[in-house]
Formats: sequence, C-alpha cells, structure tokens
Amino acid sequence: MSVSRRKFLGWLGAAGAGVISGGTAKAASNKHFKGYPDSMGVLHDTTLCVGCRSCEAACNKVNALPAPKQDFTDTTVLERKRRTDSSAFTVVNRFKQSESDKQPVFVKKQCNHCLEPACASVCFVGAFKKSPEGAVTYDESVCVGCRYCMIACPFEIPAYEYDKALTPRVVKCTMCHPRVLEGKLPGCVEECPTEALLFGERNKLIKAARKRIARFPERYVDHIYGENEMGGTSWLYLSARSYEQIGMREDLGVTPAPKFTEGILSAVPIVAGLWPVLLTGIYAVSKRKDKVAQEEQSQAVAEAVTQAESQAEVKLKKALVLAKKEKEMAVKKEARKALEKAAKAQKAAEKKAQEEATEK
Amino acid sequence: MSDEAVLNTKPITPPAQSLYTPFNVIAGIILIVGFIITIRRFTGGLDAVTNLNDNYPWGIWIGFDLLAGVALAAGGFVTSAAVYIFGMKRYHSAVRPAILTGFLGYALVVIALHYDVGRPWRLPYPFIAQQGTTSILFEVAACVALYLTVLFIEFSPAAMEWLGLRRARNIVVKLTMLLTIFGVILSTLHQSSLGAMFLMAPSKLHPLWYSSYLPVYFFISSIIAGLSMVIFESSLSHRYFAHKMDEAHLNEKEGIAFGFAKAAALVLFGYFAIKVVGIAMDNNWHYLTTSYGTWFLVEMLGFVALPCFLYAVGAREKNLNLIKWTSALTVFGIVLNRLNICLIAYNYHLPADEKYVPHWMEIAISLFIVTLGVVAFRFIVTRMPILYAHPDYQDEH
Repeated sequence: MSVSRRKFLGWLGAAGAGVISGGTAKAASNKHFKGYPDSMGVLHDTTLCVGCRSCEAACNKVNALPAPKQDFTDTTVLERKRRTDSSAFTVVNRFKQSESDKQPVFVKKQCNHCLEPACASVCFVGAFKKSPEGAVTYDESVCVGCRYCMIACPFEIPAYEYDKALTPRVVKCTMCHPRVLEGKLPGCVEECPTEALLFGERNKLIKAARKRIARFPERYVDHIYGENEMGGTSWLYLSARSYEQIGMREDLGVTPAPKFTEGILSAVPIVAGLWPVLLTGIYAVSKRKDKVAQEEQSQAVAEAVTQAESQAEVKLKKALVLAKKEKEMAVKKEARKALEKAAKAQKAAEKKAQEEATEK
Repeated sequence: MSDEAVLNTKPITPPAQSLYTPFNVIAGIILIVGFIITIRRFTGGLDAVTNLNDNYPWGIWIGFDLLAGVALAAGGFVTSAAVYIFGMKRYHSAVRPAILTGFLGYALVVIALHYDVGRPWRLPYPFIAQQGTTSILFEVAACVALYLTVLFIEFSPAAMEWLGLRRARNIVVKLTMLLTIFGVILSTLHQSSLGAMFLMAPSKLHPLWYSSYLPVYFFISSIIAGLSMVIFESSLSHRYFAHKMDEAHLNEKEGIAFGFAKAAALVLFGYFAIKVVGIAMDNNWHYLTTSYGTWFLVEMLGFVALPCFLYAVGAREKNLNLIKWTSALTVFGIVLNRLNICLIAYNYHLPADEKYVPHWMEIAISLFIVTLGVVAFRFIVTRMPILYAHPDYQDEH
C-alpha cells in the first residue's frame, strides 16, 4: 500500500495527541500519599458521651454558622437520625437497642479527616487538601460545584449550599484547622464536658485507645474505628457496641479511596498509546485488503477476457475450417453434379446419335 | 440527480404553510417553560428547581443528561471508525447524520452541566485554575472538552459546503483520518471513565452494579448505544426528512439498519457475557434473589438479552420494523442502566423515604435540552448536506 507523507504525519499527530492527553493523569496517580505520621486527631469515646450537644453548639459558634431551628439545648432533635448539612458541621445521634433502652449510645458525627481522603482524590480542581496537621481542608475559591466529593465520601459528610444561586459551597468540618494552627483546641473538643472527645497526636491517641480497651475489656468492643477504615482516619472511635449498631458502616474495608481508581487511571496511557497504533494498523490492513481485492478482481476479469478471446479464436478457426471443408465439398458436389450432368448429356447425345444411326 | 439535490436545499416547510404545526407548538411550549425554569435556576439556586440533597448530590441532570447523553452520542465515533478505519464504505451515508447527532449530543451535555454544577462559569477551572489530575472527573472533563472540539471539526465540512467555503472545507476533509483516530481514543477514555467515576463509591453503589469492570461496561454499552442511536435516528430521519435524502442514502438505508443491527446483537451478547463474568468474579449471585436482584434481572433480561435476540432475529429475517423498535428498546435500556447506577442502585443502603425523586422542573429542563437538540437537528438537516451529498462534492466519497 502507499502511504503519503501527509497521511503518515497525520497518524503520528494522532499518536502524539493521544499520549499527551493521557500523560497528566498517570503522572498524578503514581504519587502515593501515605499520610502524615505526626498529624493530629480526635478520639471520640462514645461510652463517655451523654448527648448534651454542647459540641454542636460550640461548632456552630466558632465557625459562625447560621442559628439552628431548634436550640442546642433541645434534645428532642435526637428523636430522628440526622446527618451533617450545610448549616451543621457536626451532629450527635442517639442509638437505642430497643424502644425501652435505658442506656442509649450517643455518637458524634463529623468529617473523619481521612488520611487519604476520597474527596481530595476525586476533586478535579484539587480543592481538598490533607494538611500535615491532620485536617482535610477545602478551598472554596476554586470549587466548581460538581459535588463529586459528596458522591465519593464513604462517611456521607460533605454537604452543599443548594439554596445559594451564585456562591454555593461544599460544607464540612475543618477540624478547626485555623484554631489548631493558633495552638487552640477544636471547638467541639474544648466544650465537651465529659471528655468524650480527646485531641492529640493520632499515634498517641491510638495507643491511649488500646490502653482503654485493655483496661476495660468488658466495656469496649476490641476495635478502634478509624484506625484502618478506608486506609485510616484522623478521627478515631471507641464503642461499647458493634459499630454497625451505632450507625457506622463496618463494610467499608481498609483500602484508601484513591486506590479504587488507581488501576483505571493507569490504563489511560495504555489506551492513548495503543489505540493510535492499532487503529492505524487496522486502517492499513483494511486498505490493503481493498486493494488486493481490487487487484484480484481486475486480474480475474483480464483472465476471463483472454480465456474468452482464445476460446473464440479456436471456435472461429474451427468454423473457418468447417466452412472451407463445406465449401470444398460443395464445390466437389457441384463439380460432380456438373460432371454427371455432362455425362448424362453426353450419354443422351450418344444415344440420340445411335438412334439416328440405326434409323438410317 | 444534481438538479434534485439543488431542489432539496429548500426549507422543509414551504413559507405559505402555517408556523403552528404540532411540532412547532409542542417544541415552543417546552422551550418557553424551560426558559422560565432556567431563570429560576440561576436566580434561586439549585434548591429552587431540584430535589437534590446532601445524600443525592447527583440527580437526573447527571444520570440522564450527562451519563446517558454521552453514551447515546457515541454513534459518531462508532460510525466514523467503522467507515474510515475499518473500511466499511457501504455505511458511508450514515457518517454525517451520526457525527451531527454526536456533536449535538455532546454540546447538549455541556449545556446541561451548566445547569447542574454550582458555579458553571468556573467549568474551565480544571484546566486554567488548578488541575486535580487524580480525579477521574478530570479525565472526563478533558476528554469531553477535546472530543466536543473534534466533533465540531468533523461536522464543520457540512456547514462549510452549505456556506460555500470550499477551500476551508477541503482542508478539514483531509484531517478525517486523524480526527477519527483521535475521536476513538477520546471516546474510549471518557466513555469508560464515566463508569470509572463510580468505582469511588463501592460502599454506596449496590454490589450488583458495582464492579471493577464498570469502565469496561460503560465503554461496551456506549458502542451498543451508538449503534442503536444510528438506527433509531435514521429511521426517524427517513420518516420525516425522506425528501431531503439523495439516492445513496435511500439505497444504503436498509443495509445500514441490517449491518448495524447485526453488530449491535453481537456487542449486546458480549456485554451480557461480561456482565455475568462480573457477577461471578465478585460472587454476587446471592443478591439476585433480593428485590434489587429482581430489578437487576429486569435490566439484564429485558434490556440486554431481549434486544440482543430481537436484533439478531431482525437482521436474519431482514425485518426493518423489528430492528427499528429494537433500537428504541435498546436506547431505553442504556438510559435505564445509567439511571440505575447513578440513582436507583446508588445509596441502596438508605431507607426508601430518603431516596431521591426528581422534581418536575428537573425533568422539564432535561426535556428542554433534548428539545433544543431536536430543533437544532431539524434546522441543520433541512439546510446543510447531511442526508445527501452536496452536488459540488458529489464524487469525492
């Protein structure tokens, strides 16, 4: 097949463009984020929580959130299960084993500040960052509002300001990052009256939690929630009941969220590199096939023509020979006829002459 | 022939006829309602027109307009690859309508995204402000932006022939091979990536739909959607724009339907098989007996296996009518699959009363955007050489 220079350059261009379009995503997926070892966290011992909602009030205050519909001292809001929303970074839920359960469990819910956050991994403008101090922070100034972070978060934390027309933001707990940088405690931790919340280095918190479990094995289930969930979170939990019973999913696994898409991201350069070569090859093959088919066809036609021609020639020759023969035969026949006629005439003449002679 | 083609460039409705045709009236009402809701959306925020909430940040504008929209616009890359790369020249007359449908499809997807995202004027931010390259959505955004450009260039020769820009048109036509290959790369990447987006939510998407094969499912089913949309769109075009078609289009019509139906039957069969492999790999058989399992079987049997069978029968018995209806069924099945993944099987762990049901205004906007597409399609095919070869460029194919 013939490939013009222009076509060849075109294919090269396609290959090049493909590689460029795939390169960036791969480069990023190679970066393995391991979390910051000295980062801070909070240990939430649910066995100590009394459901007073002071943490909610403190959070509302330090983050200057809108005033709630029901006052923070009103515990009737605990009747139904709540989640974080655009006006509440944190909520406390009550879990009863039965309607008559005299010892309900209270659990505070807020962003768990994953070591490798799903929200940061899926954000296509990189608005979320895991800070070395432990907080997962959000940069409103670049957020497009696609809300993929909300789809991806396994803990169902980020909320959105759906009511704002021009400046809607994703809203979630900041682990009081600005306060922590100033050396203060997060608002909720500071206000907690029962020490159900403990702020400190995550590594030390894990050790402290283990100690509590070891000292009171009958009080705690032997599991620090958040130590390994989704690759580990900065917020850690202790519980007397299975976490499933207090509204926390135990089926999340220990794989950090970015791993879920790592495989497919690494397929990008394969597609971008392989397709142009493969497709160009297929194109060349199909072109070649067409050409071969065409050549074969014209060859077959030519052959058929020559064959027909030679056949016709033979036929003609035969016909000519036949005609010649026929002609000869006809001539012979005519000649014979003429001779016979002449002979007859001669005979007749002789006969007549004889008769005339006898008459005489 | 050329005389006929010149006659054909006249507008579809003679000027004497009333503007109040049923099509115009219905389209007009939808567009006016859509326009009013648009104002509401951009002055009152998403809350004013949608039922989106913190558990369901994505509604039908993503499930239908984006996910289904992109899949159904796959006809462009499927057809141009078949004709230009695989050399199936007998389908040549299907290329331009398919490219046009694809181009309009992607353009509408981008319009729909402006309604859905919180701050649409920031849509270029992933490229100009800060790149979140670990995000599958970044890949989707980059590929969709590039592919929309590719489709625009692929479509432009028709517009240039119409406008008489011969030289520009000839330059663009020379790029056909390059654009086709580039289009296939981009389509492979973003069609699969739309599925890969949900790889992030293994705890939220029901196990029957969640699979590490999601990207493959999305890509393969986009080929099915593309093939079916070409058949579907061509049967509608033959019904309403037959007078715009030249002999080549009318002659190739049946061959395209039979060929594409056969291809779709094969791809549907393969799709069914890899779906089963996915279930087997994760050993999810036991979910089939649950209510979600029943729904999964409805999708798999009613909208994958059944169309596969019907396409095969239609292609074998040369039954054009059956193929036509099967293409509609298949298109519906693809839409259902995308809605299942994005909405119905998403958040399967939440109680029924917390499930999202679209607001009527969300549906109205989706309808508005589809109507925009139909009106634009009609405007273009009644003016530009889409369903016939332009007489000046008759012999070039």
